[in-house]
Amino acid sequence: MDSSTRRTAAGRPRRQGGRAAATAVIALCAAAALAACSSSSSSSGPAAGGSTASAASSPSSSGSSGQPVGISLILKTLSNPYFVTMEKDAQAAAARDNVHLTVAAGSSDGDTQTQITAIDNAIARGDKGILITTNGNAVNAALNQAKQDGLFVIALDTAPTPPSVADITYATDNTEAGRLDGEYAAAALGGKPAVIAMLDLFNNQVVSVDIDRDHGFLEGMGINPGNPNENGQEAKTGTYKGGGKYTIACHQPTTGAVDGGRTAMENCLSANPNINVVYAINEPAAEGAYEAIKAAGKQNQIKLFAIDGSCAGLKLVASGEFTADAVQYPGKMAALGVDAIAKLARGGSKPSVTAGKSFYDTGTALVALKSYPGVTVESPAQGASACWGS
Amino acid sequence: MTISTDDSAASATVEEFLNRPPSAAQRVHSALHRQPALSPAIVLVLAAVAFSILSSRFYQLTNLSLLFQQVAVVGTLAAGQTLIILTAGIDLSIGAVMVLSSLVMAKLVNDQSVPGVPALLIGAMIAVLAQGANGFLVTRVKLPPFIVTLGMLSIFTAISLIYAQGQTVLLQPGAFLLWTGDTVSIGSLHLTYGVLLMLGLYAVFGYALRFTAWGRHLYAVGDDAEAARLAGISVNRVLLSAYVVAGLAVAVAAWILVGRVGGGDPNSGLNANLESITAVVIGGTSLFGGRGTVFGSLIGALIVQVFDNGLALAGLDPNYQVLAVGVLVIAAVSVDQWIRSVKA
Repeated sequence: MDSSTRRTAAGRPRRQGGRAAATAVIALCAAAALAACSSSSSSSGPAAGGSTASAASSPSSSGSSGQPVGISLILKTLSNPYFVTMEKDAQAAAARDNVHLTVAAGSSDGDTQTQITAIDNAIARGDKGILITTNGNAVNAALNQAKQDGLFVIALDTAPTPPSVADITYATDNTEAGRLDGEYAAAALGGKPAVIAMLDLFNNQVVSVDIDRDHGFLEGMGINPGNPNENGQEAKTGTYKGGGKYTIACHQPTTGAVDGGRTAMENCLSANPNINVVYAINEPAAEGAYEAIKAAGKQNQIKLFAIDGSCAGLKLVASGEFTADAVQYPGKMAALGVDAIAKLARGGSKPSVTAGKSFYDTGTALVALKSYPGVTVESPAQGASACWGS
Repeated sequence: MTISTDDSAASATVEEFLNRPPSAAQRVHSALHRQPALSPAIVLVLAAVAFSILSSRFYQLTNLSLLFQQVAVVGTLAAGQTLIILTAGIDLSIGAVMVLSSLVMAKLVNDQSVPGVPALLIGAMIAVLAQGANGFLVTRVKLPPFIVTLGMLSIFTAISLIYAQGQTVLLQPGAFLLWTGDTVSIGSLHLTYGVLLMLGLYAVFGYALRFTAWGRHLYAVGDDAEAARLAGISVNRVLLSAYVVAGLAVAVAAWILVGRVGGGDPNSGLNANLESITAVVIGGTSLFGGRGTVFGSLIGALIVQVFDNGLALAGLDPNYQVLAVGVLVIAAVSVDQWIRSVKA
């Protein structure tokens, strides 16, 4: 008798249905297991290669011999060159410090689930510390648990909300970055009337990086931002540092993208064709603004300021598109974080915040072609040695 | 005798009442009902006049040229979105498909040194295939368009992110793909070839919708799919064709975006999904299908851009722009609902 059609006492061909159900359950389990393995994009792939190398290579610096220290690096995503640079420099620091580095990243900006899983894994593995660029507040509970279990938590690039969730934050001082651009603008204008276009990030939400960079630029130029919590509240006319007159032509949102930058710049130029200084929240917005400036034929009349410091952006400083670019050091944030936890795990002291700030300032610098008295600049060639991205 | 006179008097009064001349409101109502693009056109003119009074820079030809350049991308997307909304569907992924297509075009030229024309064609094919996938899921798998395109939105956004790795790809000046950004001057009006492409697409779509059987079938399917099926129209084929032809509009929009951005940017055009739907709705096309003109969507897109540009020139707080667009959408849909109610 054919076993597949053998009927039970109830007369239903149960065996075949049972086999199908079992196959489905096994397939689901396999899929779940595969998903769990691949979603955290950890250990397998480049990170595993890096961490094996770090364990195998003989440590060169003193005090780092013996057992490797386990550290977890949890990034927002790996599809953004900013975070890829963090991973690269963290791997290099791990190799130097005899650190076993586990890298994990969300599948997209905002993916907190993968980050929570990675934090749990770090606790289970017995890592000494976590370096994290948080995707959202949902990771706070897991981070607090990690701290309770003795792990040292360092937030990179942006402070979590509330900042006390991390033991310390390593970030760029965004206000300082804006200030460097603003001081350069004031020096470059040298007292001539300034007509300023402010290309911000959003007009329908308040984000700290938006406020910090905008206000930093204004303060650098010697203009009072008005309200410390909102953009666009400064006096529309007045005098800037050095005695020249200024007019704020417009505040337009760009959403930090190229097309937003272009539309914002076009509207600003329509409102006031005499604009000669443009502050942009980041490099893509500045690139879009330049497209608009070029289309209007005003390249020689306008000084364009950006913030970010990617290698591609520094090339645009060299070509004259950007007048100056305030740079960030994502790689330094990650490397310093690895060093700090490794030192702490081997009996050293905890890292402390930069004097006068609530976070550890990883520094910023201004890259520009020309230099002016009173403003420190790096040339694009000098800046290129520390730029991020390709 | 008295009764019959009363009767005839009564019936005369009734006759008079039934044949009464339409009141002004009713005349307006029937005019708007006949020509759905009329009400947004009136709003556009009123808005333009208002902003011209607020700022003399608004009506300068340089600014008007900019308006058209700024509306080119969303305007072209809105043309494709109109076709889909006319079938009582909706496409929430149209912007994501455009971004993916523009990234493919830019990266092929920049990273793989593919010549401009093949890169354009490959990018266009991606857009058409993606929209075809949407159409397939709606017609064969019989899923609601809202759900299908919502899911596809996530899929295409993810593909774009992974493909672009967050990086902007800037093309060399003079590249073929940047042709849509090149200026063409008509007197003092400086438009781009992208704007001309958009206007050409509107002419083609307008003609197809008005004067071809395919257009008639599209309206029929949107108005009442069951009645259309009973009348012998192949509903599935018409629906699928609407998505595929919209895919062509998406391809053109992607090309115009490349010209405007100067290459490919994974973060540009992220709001295009909602902006295209807003333009179509404000333009008088009914979300319930079967009513509307593609020309209305152009007017709808222009209205949003006029508000954006006009408020920026007037120096008003940027927050008010966001408020104004919301008020516009609600007002437009209310007018549309009023028109749809066909009273005697």
